[in-house]
Amino acid sequence: MLIKAEDVSLGYDSKAIVEHLNFEVNEGDYLCIVGENGSGKSTLMKTVLGLVRPVSGTVTFDESFAKKQIGYLPQQTGAQRDFPASVEEIVLSGCLTNGTFHPFYSLEDKALAAENMRRMGLEALRKRSYRTLSGGQQQRVLLARALCSTDRIILMDEPVSGLDPAAAGEMYDAVEELNRGGTAVMMITHDIEGALRYADHILVIGDEVFFGTKEEYMVRAGIVPQEEE
Amino acid sequence: MMEKLIFYLQYPFVRYALIVGVLIALCSALLGIPLVLRRFSLIGDGLAHVAFAAMAVAAVLKLDNDMPVILVITIVSAVLILGTGRSARIKGDSAIAMISVGSMAVGYLLVNVFSTSANISGDVCSTLFGSTSILTLSESDVRICCMLSAAVVFAYIMLHNRIFAVTFDESFAAATGLNTRIYNLVIAVICAVVIVLAMNLVGSLLITALVVFPALSAMRLFSDYRSVTLFAAFLSVICARGGMLVSILAGTPIGSTIVIADMAAFLVCALIGRMKGET
Ligand SMILES: Nc1ncnc2c1ncn2[C@@H]1O[C@H](COP(=O)(O)OP(=O)(O)OP(=O)(O)O)[C@@H](O)[C@H]1O
Ligand SMILES: [Mg+2]
Repeated sequence: MLIKAEDVSLGYDSKAIVEHLNFEVNEGDYLCIVGENGSGKSTLMKTVLGLVRPVSGTVTFDESFAKKQIGYLPQQTGAQRDFPASVEEIVLSGCLTNGTFHPFYSLEDKALAAENMRRMGLEALRKRSYRTLSGGQQQRVLLARALCSTDRIILMDEPVSGLDPAAAGEMYDAVEELNRGGTAVMMITHDIEGALRYADHILVIGDEVFFGTKEEYMVRAGIVPQEEE
Repeated sequence: MMEKLIFYLQYPFVRYALIVGVLIALCSALLGIPLVLRRFSLIGDGLAHVAFAAMAVAAVLKLDNDMPVILVITIVSAVLILGTGRSARIKGDSAIAMISVGSMAVGYLLVNVFSTSANISGDVCSTLFGSTSILTLSESDVRICCMLSAAVVFAYIMLHNRIFAVTFDESFAAATGLNTRIYNLVIAVICAVVIVLAMNLVGSLLITALVVFPALSAMRLFSDYRSVTLFAAFLSVICARGGMLVSILAGTPIGSTIVIADMAAFLVCALIGRMKGET
């Protein structure tokens, strides 16, 4: 077990948006979180990351890893779009997490960044400016940055929103590749089809809360009939 | 013309002014980049007005050495406005407006009522536009300015990568374990120090130009953070140096001359940037 949420209620200023959430993420899982706009998906992710305090309940992490070892790909914000930064600078900034204070990046940091840029197919774009990249390329840059923090678990907030089908497909492939390599994935998405194709667990947030395997979800949603005994 | 310059450079206060001007220009350009990128450009302006009020308070208290008082008041205000990070944006805009005009009113009232100087409007004018103050710096002022700006540059270099991370994406930085509150505080303190320093050079009303123009100019031409930083620092130093020399030779007010130099540089950069964009 990597992350376990027990009876968590999410919200801001002690006003709960979603109540009584229970779920867990295990080594190598691929969990998709779905739900309507404003249902609290991003809030859930921020709660797991410790950016927002849960109204009640607890989120516990496996003892074997420090909280810092979480990769995170935030929902895109407008402020970043005209930021003057090269791909390499952004990916490197994911390396700042390893605890001790060093004013400059070490050779290992640089090697790690180079490795993750290679994994995301960004070598050719290394010196390119982030703001001149396409949406899909930008997402892969942010994913490479997240991988510099850890490759045990990665949290993604709507990584394929706004991408065309081809770019979304590339993103899914990249994530699947990571997942096969043993990285647990927790992804917020509005793309149910994609979720059902790639994920093995589904968490639905909203008026009705559901957590279970993909198969259980499909049965419940009536996509496949319940198997006869 | 050369002779005139050499003549002026014989005077220690002119040499001091040149040294201090360059250092201040360097600091404010560095600070300007995170401020502009966080859409916080006007904070410099608000803080400069606070510093003006602080100066008035120091004048009323008849302090010989007003720098520490001004620094403390400005730093505290900066921490209050900036230190809370992005979440403070709810208050942001209007809070800054209120703080600016409020401190202007208080500052001017204090100076007007309590000042014993014969030339109140002259004093106020030079605090606002920095007309002559830099040429009257004493050696100890110069030493303080040098130390403070050295500290700012040092802190900026040491924290450069972290300031980048926090500015580019605060929630990612926080999620992966950076203490973003500390870095927001550091930026706020640096901001206050730079404002107080820059007030000597260009006066409170023109500080924003010194902070914002180099960063904006550099962003027209470069698109990675490192080059933007280096070029903004370089450009700011050149403009300050050039503006000061022109103002000494032509007898124009230092502050506005430097700001006009920065503005001209911005126009040139914008033009080059556009030409680059079209080809
Ligand atoms: N900082 C905040 N303070 C108070 N309320 C907030 C804050 N951020 C979000 N909310 C509210 O919490 C609710 C859930 O927001 P959240 O961003 O988690 O939704 P979401 O499921 O991610 O939606 P979307 O699909 O649009 O991204 C919304 O009603 C929103 O208005
Ligand atoms: Mg969201």
